[in-house]
Amino acid sequence: MSTLLDVSAVTLRYKTPSSLVTATERVSFSVNSSDRFVLLGPSGCGKSTLLKAVGGYHKPSEGSIRIKGREVTEPGADRMMVFQEFDQLLPWKTVLENVMFPLCVARNMSKAEARERARAYLDKVRLTKFIDSYTHTLSGGMKQRVAIARGMAMEPDILLMDEPFAALDALTRRQMQDELLQLWEGTRFTVMFVTHSIAEAIKIGNRILLLSPHPGRVKAEVSDVDQVSATDGSAAQLERQIHDLLFAEPGHRE
Amino acid sequence: MSQARILMHTVADAASHTDNHAAESAVERQLSLAERLWGNGAVRKTLLILVLALLWQVYATILDNALLFPTLTDTLTTMMERIEDGTLPARALTSVKVLLMGYVAGILLAAALTMVAINTQVGTDFLETMTAMFNPLPAIALLPLALIWFGLGNGSLVFVLIHSVLWAVALNTHSGFLGVSRTLRMVGRNYGLKGFRYVAMILIPAAFPSILTGLKIGWAFAWRTLIAAELVFGVSSGQGGLGWFIFENRNLLDIPAVFAGLLTVIIIGLIVENLVFRTIERRTLQRWGVHN
Repeated sequence: MSTLLDVSAVTLRYKTPSSLVTATERVSFSVNSSDRFVLLGPSGCGKSTLLKAVGGYHKPSEGSIRIKGREVTEPGADRMMVFQEFDQLLPWKTVLENVMFPLCVARNMSKAEARERARAYLDKVRLTKFIDSYTHTLSGGMKQRVAIARGMAMEPDILLMDEPFAALDALTRRQMQDELLQLWEGTRFTVMFVTHSIAEAIKIGNRILLLSPHPGRVKAEVSDVDQVSATDGSAAQLERQIHDLLFAEPGHRE
Repeated sequence: MSQARILMHTVADAASHTDNHAAESAVERQLSLAERLWGNGAVRKTLLILVLALLWQVYATILDNALLFPTLTDTLTTMMERIEDGTLPARALTSVKVLLMGYVAGILLAAALTMVAINTQVGTDFLETMTAMFNPLPAIALLPLALIWFGLGNGSLVFVLIHSVLWAVALNTHSGFLGVSRTLRMVGRNYGLKGFRYVAMILIPAAFPSILTGLKIGWAFAWRTLIAAELVFGVSSGQGGLGWFIFENRNLLDIPAVFAGLLTVIIIGLIVENLVFRTIERRTLQRWGVHN
């Protein structure tokens, strides 16, 4: 278990036309290889901003973000993003081309190599039948599976997922959570996952970082989340505990 | 013990059910030939054109004045004659050549201007100010000035054509770039794309609906501007184009030839709109499922 990502005392600020907003304040945590690390918190806790900072889209005003010892300064293909929005796929490319494209431009793979790798990962997310379809013909869940396959095919240091299932209907969301866990069992990639659903955090993660809002600060860290089980009620108990922790603060804003 | 009960419906039940009422519950029914033909836009429009052509023929026959309004058959006969003796194709070719020169030059300038505009704030301000000023100015209004600057010839024509294409294409391309979603931009940067590669591989395809609209508008502007400009002069730029053909034949009071010239202008416009641009649209926007 080696430290892969090290976030130390990161403060993130962004400008609105009228003011300077502090999204997170001195947040520190570290992610190990093969972690399923979940950032959990109510809206306004800066979890998405934090994930985008790890992605290289926001520069911290204080503190540093290091991945494998390298300072994160800009977006790069060693940290593949999976977004919530369905329009993250390139509509002018087919499913297969969407997965191949970053392999070709960011990994300098030959077309044949990229095609082979893309096919293998699309098989894993069970989209073999749709590889030649254009993305607008896919359902929301299928689009997210393509995005996940695209991220995994790059075999990045870490996969950054920004509420990837939030825009899906409840049934599809459950199915996608199960599939993500199955995929993880297969390759044990490192993933950082942002969500505002406590149940999803418990289901997906093995570690959960709880953030409090306005500005985002670390409230607690839950580890060994994968030890709880949904059948004996321990998951439900943990869910209650986390809920109480997040909403115990008087005068919180929702 | 209280527990929810699940009552299974077997698929076999449903299947035997449909067997009995196969005719009524068929999921799909073939449309009749007439229904399918009427559903085809091209068929409906062709019918409409035939009706209009018939009205033209009937009205012109009743009017019986070839100087004011020649019949459709007269127009078509003249047109065939002029095509056979080579004048009409030569005039059309002259027009299209000049048009393409102006169109391509306009697009290249628009591309350069937009490139500067998306990379710098000053470029954006420049583009916005220039389009706000020049877009409402009809290109043909610059022709007198162009004649002084570039003389009677292709130079003047290309100048007004560039003016008619440049602003429409630049404006649409720029607003297309601005409209590319934040997510797609982030995806592009996630792949480590920067500078020219980022523009070519992400921004241009993502903004393609707007860019194509700009190209279509630019084409229509250029075509109209050219024909109008050729009505003013044409004799000195070698042979003159379609506009000059129309003007010349009006002076000779050869009205069927004037109509033949107008018809040629319309036909070339239709070919470009329906064959060239429709084909591009079918191969790109429709296949990708994106709209502007």
